[in-house]
Amino acid sequence: MADYRKPIPEPTPETQAFWDGTKAGELRLQRCDSCSHVYFPPRPFCPECASRKVSWFKASGKGKLHSYVINHRPAYGFEQDAPYAIAVIMTDEGVKMLTNMVDVEQTPEALVLDMPVEVTFEQISEKIALPKWRPAKGA
Amino acid sequence: MAAREGGVTMKPKSVAIVGAAETTQLGVIPDLSIIQLHADAALNAMADADIGPKDIDGVATAGESPVAIAHYLGIKPTYADGTSVGGCSFMLHVRHAAAAINEGLATTILITHGESGRSRVGGGGRFGGGGSSLSGQFESPYGMSGPPSTFTIPVLRYMKDFGLTHEQLAMVAVVQREWAGMNPRATFRDPITVDDVLNSRMIAYPFHLLECCLVTDGGGALIMTTAERAKDFKTKPVYILGTGESVETPMVSQMYDFTTSMAFRLSGKKAFDEAGITPKDVDHLMCYDAFAHLPIYMLEDLGFVGRGEAGAFIAAGNTRPGGKLPMNTNGGGLSYMHSGMYGMYALQESVRQLRGTAPAQVPGAKISVANGVGGMFAAGGTIIMTNEAP
Repeated sequence: MADYRKPIPEPTPETQAFWDGTKAGELRLQRCDSCSHVYFPPRPFCPECASRKVSWFKASGKGKLHSYVINHRPAYGFEQDAPYAIAVIMTDEGVKMLTNMVDVEQTPEALVLDMPVEVTFEQISEKIALPKWRPAKGA
Repeated sequence: MAAREGGVTMKPKSVAIVGAAETTQLGVIPDLSIIQLHADAALNAMADADIGPKDIDGVATAGESPVAIAHYLGIKPTYADGTSVGGCSFMLHVRHAAAAINEGLATTILITHGESGRSRVGGGGRFGGGGSSLSGQFESPYGMSGPPSTFTIPVLRYMKDFGLTHEQLAMVAVVQREWAGMNPRATFRDPITVDDVLNSRMIAYPFHLLECCLVTDGGGALIMTTAERAKDFKTKPVYILGTGESVETPMVSQMYDFTTSMAFRLSGKKAFDEAGITPKDVDHLMCYDAFAHLPIYMLEDLGFVGRGEAGAFIAAGNTRPGGKLPMNTNGGGLSYMHSGMYGMYALQESVRQLRGTAPAQVPGAKISVANGVGGMFAAGGTIIMTNEAP
């Protein structure tokens, strides 16, 4: 971890509960108490109806591969990974999350859109566990 | 020529402030980041006015991007003002908002401010560069290296949903090179084929080098005045017929739908409604092409073709020299030039076409549309121009 050179998220007061969740091995999302809208990224009000009454809940950690690119020009810190996929997952709760795919070849043949995926967490610093996604087990 | 005579003044008492509030707390607020300070004040102002985000169709802010504010609050605007000239930015926002409301660009405009001047929580910078911005937390850790591996992320979804082929995507670049070949100022002028495109270096699958814009240096400028005063100038006037704008998201992953741009749709509709024309009336089109997929999204989102039809439309030659809808006639960002904020060059080419001075002139062009994108599907702007006097 000490030599981790990639960007590391810096939680804010509004996102801290999300990052507390990933560190505990949970993917947490927010749902509006007023209109039931589920949304991401975190904020302490509902972007659908502006209600400030919202609650955190543990998400399923399941979803589908929604879209991706395979990046051949690595970002700083990603030199050893290239080419690597930058993917977006559509979670079963209906929110989109950007991520990297793990435990799978980084090729168009292996990365098939709408394949079932599940979340996993990579501890990248003392404070941060980064959600990543992999092909769902038994899929 | 006396440069500043002959203007018109704004209509007094035609616009009012109906909601106003500060953040719930003032002083030292370590538990709110900058964007949430904006949002807290905005939610309080909405409560004061007894309206919600769906009632608001314009946003203005300084310090933060109006794109980030709109998306964070769930506002889908047809007006965005990011004028940032220091502490008096909000006075300028009020003035611009009054003009915009008078002109029908929006009906209800939210102006926000938030600053963590003491606690310094969540400084993400205007373009979300910092690790505590939302993109810094939820996108940057995954290794995008600039627009080629970011702007392109939604495209595989579009390809699967609508059957767009790699060859059709490559044809965007091929057709634009045909236009560039007629333009002595274009950076790349030699003809290319679909095979050339598909055999060029992979940048970010499914995008090859020739499907990405150039990186060049340059600039451009425009001068505007009233239609009445325009008659006194020696240049052939190009009149503004319709305008539109919208902002969608500061994070490409949070685009509402990966196969269509809300910003382009709202912007295009506003512009065509204002102009009182339909796409059928357009003689010449500029679609900001930072990457080959953008003209495809724009042709559909502006209503020139139906959903899923743009790839085949371009591949069939409709936008090439001699086609029925001449598009990106300077060669576009893919072949003409691209300095980073290409929208200025799209406007310049529309003006040349309507003046009749373009290197690849469209004979008799009377109406031109220039549609731009900002950020990576973050914003859209549409300008419809004509050379026919009012």
